[in-house]
Amino acid sequence: MTQPLALRAQSEALASPLPALLAEAEHLASAVLLGEHGRRRAGLGDTFWQYRPAQDHDEVRHIDWRRSARSDATFVQDKEWQIAQSVILWVDQAASMRFTSDDNLPTKSTRARTLSLAAAILLNRGGERVGLTGLRLPPRRGAAQLEKLSTILSEDSDTDYGTPDAQGMLPHSRALFVSDFLGDIAPFEAALTKAADRGVRGAMLQVLDPHEEAFPFDGRTIFESMTGALSHETLKAGELRTRYLDRLAARKDRLSELARMTGWQFTTYHTDTSATTALLWLYQALERRT
Amino acid sequence: MWSIGPIGFAAPWLLLGLITLPILWILLRAVPPAPIRRRFPGVALLLGLTDDDSQSDRTPWWLLLLRLLAVAALIIGFAGPVLNPQSDRTGTGPLLIVADGTWADARDWQTRTERITALLAEATRQGRTAAVVTLTDLPADLTFQSADAVAQRLPNLSPQPWEPNAEALSAFTDTLPSSFDTFWLSDGIARDSRADLLARFEDAGQVTVFQSPRQTIGLRPARFEDGEVKLSAVRTPIGNDLIATVTAVGLDPAGIERPLATVDLDFTAGEPTADNALNLPPELRNRITRFELTGTRSAAAVSLVDDALRRREVALISGAGDAEGLELLSPLYYLREALAPTADLIDGTMEDILLANPDVIVLADVATLAGSEGENVLQWIEGGGMLLRFAGPRLAASDVGRATEDPLLPVRLRSGGRAVGGAMSWGEPKSLAPFTEGSPFFGLPVPDDVTVNAQVMAQPDPTLANRVIAQLADGTPLVTRKIVGEGQIVLVHVTANAEWSSLPLSGLFVQMLERLAVSTRPATPSATDLEGTTWLPQSVLDAFGRLSDGSTLPGVAGDVIASATPSPDLRPGIYASDDQRLAINVIGPQTTIDTAQWPPRITVEGLAVVAETPLKGWLLTAALSLLLIDIIASLAVGGRLHGPRSDAVVALLLAFALTATPADAQDDFAVQATSDVVLGHVITGNKDVDNTAAAGLLGLSNTLFRRTSIEPAAPIAVDIEADELAFFPFLYWPITADQPLPTREAYAKLNRYLRTGGMILFDTRDADTARFGSSSPEGRKLQAIARSLDIPAIEPIPQDHVLTRTFYLLQDFPGRYASRDVWVEAAPPDAELAEGMPFRNLNDGVTPVVIGGNDWAKAWAVDQYGDRMFPVGRGMAGERQREIAYRFGVNLIMHVLTGNYKSDQVHVPDLLERLGQ
Repeated sequence: MTQPLALRAQSEALASPLPALLAEAEHLASAVLLGEHGRRRAGLGDTFWQYRPAQDHDEVRHIDWRRSARSDATFVQDKEWQIAQSVILWVDQAASMRFTSDDNLPTKSTRARTLSLAAAILLNRGGERVGLTGLRLPPRRGAAQLEKLSTILSEDSDTDYGTPDAQGMLPHSRALFVSDFLGDIAPFEAALTKAADRGVRGAMLQVLDPHEEAFPFDGRTIFESMTGALSHETLKAGELRTRYLDRLAARKDRLSELARMTGWQFTTYHTDTSATTALLWLYQALERRT
Repeated sequence: MWSIGPIGFAAPWLLLGLITLPILWILLRAVPPAPIRRRFPGVALLLGLTDDDSQSDRTPWWLLLLRLLAVAALIIGFAGPVLNPQSDRTGTGPLLIVADGTWADARDWQTRTERITALLAEATRQGRTAAVVTLTDLPADLTFQSADAVAQRLPNLSPQPWEPNAEALSAFTDTLPSSFDTFWLSDGIARDSRADLLARFEDAGQVTVFQSPRQTIGLRPARFEDGEVKLSAVRTPIGNDLIATVTAVGLDPAGIERPLATVDLDFTAGEPTADNALNLPPELRNRITRFELTGTRSAAAVSLVDDALRRREVALISGAGDAEGLELLSPLYYLREALAPTADLIDGTMEDILLANPDVIVLADVATLAGSEGENVLQWIEGGGMLLRFAGPRLAASDVGRATEDPLLPVRLRSGGRAVGGAMSWGEPKSLAPFTEGSPFFGLPVPDDVTVNAQVMAQPDPTLANRVIAQLADGTPLVTRKIVGEGQIVLVHVTANAEWSSLPLSGLFVQMLERLAVSTRPATPSATDLEGTTWLPQSVLDAFGRLSDGSTLPGVAGDVIASATPSPDLRPGIYASDDQRLAINVIGPQTTIDTAQWPPRITVEGLAVVAETPLKGWLLTAALSLLLIDIIASLAVGGRLHGPRSDAVVALLLAFALTATPADAQDDFAVQATSDVVLGHVITGNKDVDNTAAAGLLGLSNTLFRRTSIEPAAPIAVDIEADELAFFPFLYWPITADQPLPTREAYAKLNRYLRTGGMILFDTRDADTARFGSSSPEGRKLQAIARSLDIPAIEPIPQDHVLTRTFYLLQDFPGRYASRDVWVEAAPPDAELAEGMPFRNLNDGVTPVVIGGNDWAKAWAVDQYGDRMFPVGRGMAGERQREIAYRFGVNLIMHVLTGNYKSDQVHVPDLLERLGQ
């Protein structure tokens, strides 16, 4: 008798983040008004763009008779060019993202997922196709895609630090990498150069906890990674602070340099600040025209 | 027990553990603090970073010191330290315990007996024999007994209110055996007899003196000088500034002893004496029986008062008061001169004088007193007064006491009197005969130059011989006396001035007045005066300063009294002989008090029995608190006070430090509630209901302001638990089903409020659902609330209730609902409808409660812009209902504020009719 109950409880627990994640992301996304997302040029689409005199190649059924009746020439309606862009996300799900320094702060992972899903919702509303890197979730549109996205985003990885999956990036698509970028930087370089090779532009969002930025430690300390695989013992943690901060700054410099080289956007976001600012930045970074 | 200074150790070997402290120091130095494990994703960036200082992080020295102190405290604590360990004295042979046992011991006699008990207990343990002696109460022969047997007799030992007698002491030393040890409990006061006694004790064995430095204060007898009572106290001249309060104790007019006055004596540092003066009205001063130093229990702190302070009150009345004449011819001039130094003189009319109840009334040449005055004076004489009359021309010319004896004269008088030795008369002026035995003047020398020229003559009478107390050389009475009740009437047959005789010019006059107890005697009688007299103790003082009845004690001879030194034969107290009272005090006017000095060879120990104080608990507590500090310090050193969850630690620490200080806004509340008429509503705890009630009362207040002369301020929410209700003429109490019952104190306040004229409008707000006979949760809650309230019998508002006409004429009392079930205090059962009157005669009392459920607040409620907040009914009918609701509110407040004024209007026709209008 206990088995179904236990199963139910487990699945409830498993399922519970999903609506929350979606709802939170929806809530976040609703804060951003949809800006102009059209292509600002005539092309395939549903929205009226302009009237132009009919050309020879225009079919008769395309002629807008109501407009043409007001003049001698015949006019056709141009629609605005509305091509859906593909945006592929990579959200770090490694253990390091599950860190928070304070019970009142969300984990980096929570913030990263919420932000990426909110961005996905916005993009979906804007008519873009959203997917994940790798082959599990190719970019598609629609609410079902968001559901799947949230399901996959809710998974956790066991590794200490995440490595981006550069597979399945469509050429000339957009990409969004969300991670703390604290692990080995070589995979990121590889993934970014690969993406740049394919003409993929995008944004890197570094999510950091305030303690990772401040290093407020002192005394004899053994620092361990989230899984405990890595550890470092120091006798005077306070004396490491400047050197740690130097290294962190160097890491950020390297990332922004990479971004500059590949034409990506890079910023650092702290979990104790408003998520909306980060979302706006994401929105604008992905919106940016190449 | 092994000891260092005043501290002994129960287990001194444990102190060897202190040797380990340096080892501990080295160990703690070597071992770095334990590392903290922290999850930190940034560790990837840390990899490869080495510490600059390859040496381990050492524990800071102060933390080490803290820990070492804690450990040391633990070690010392477990070694069982004891402050003032009691080490037993050693000794063999008999033990003599001597206490001075004077009045100076009385203050801490309890401590002394405890000390003696402790010494005896010690002697018992050592198997010594002992004897206990007080120097003021020496035994005839001294026997040493086993110490525990002596201890049993210890409660009999008491101090005495006198000093040791030198002769008795020398007699005592003769009886002492040759070898014994002595413990001498000194009272700390220097006296000459000590040296000999000490020498004797030292011959016999070892002497230990117990004496604690302290101040001894004694009150010297009060003196009367220059119209003031001079007080003086003496002390051992050690110590700082000191203020000693002296209380004058005496009988009040009802005969009850109570403090009459207090005065402070300021000792300056090092000064042995302090003086002050007390200025008291004579009536009060004469009632003083003793002075006491407040807060000191000793015979020296009490100074008994005898006749020295008493000054007789003498009233002088002259028959020729308004006669213009020379001052020297005034009948009262010589009396004044004679009495002023020693008595308090009173002038005035006879009525006023009798009210003051003087000791003596002197009538100089007054023939008759008005009828009632005479009776009053006679009554006063029978109560113990003394009437002293002087003759004069008026008395001689009057017919008083001619035929019968006047009640206010001692003898009958012959008319006219006689004149001798004048220009127109025969003979020489008469001189005085020596005073006979039995006369109060007996013994006074008669000067030759006192002559009498004229006098009034006593009618020969069988009783005359007994009444003459002074006579002239030819045997004619000069002074006659009659005893009346408790008092006496004395007639001097000459004038009080020098007109008829030279007596007032002589010293004899003063002495005679003194013998007649008209004037006050000198304070202390001289030794010759006292010789041969016997004085009876009236009340005696013990060493603790307590007065007790002395009437069972034998009388004391005058020569003993003359020494004025208290001794077993002469206990301090009040002694009386005839009509004179004499006080024997422990401290005389010249007594000084000095601190006893002992030769350096004598061991002087403190008197207090020092209790052992185990320090173990304190040290262990100190160790524990040091360890607690160490926890915090270690956290700080180990970096655990920063970083994650440090806020919890800080919050915990702050929680101990912070204490909230609630501000008291009660005064503001009172000012706000009383500066204007203010309607109040009771806070129910339900926010909506409270807001509605406030809005409703605001609407009602606005309506009152516009329509009537009641101009209320903004309504106030009243917390019946905390706020004062008396400020509010009217309380609106909406009932909610879930509001808590008032506490007992709040009920008391509410009942007081209802009894003293307040009104509460209970609104169950359920008139749309609950009708008479059905109930609602609010109704039940109201019943629960009202169960403990002092609410009279109630009835639905009758047609002729004064609420129907205090301002508007109303028959309905709607609120948001229009139920007619509104209840008020029931009319008295005997209220009758008088013939021709529209209303019953109900004009007593304002109903303390109005109970209904029409939700008036919602009908009255307006928002901040004055707009109605809740709809009432529908359309114009609804607005009409709201208007009636406002009118009900106006009537209600009018009823509260004007009472039954409108009900009284019923009587206006009657009144007009009576006035004949």
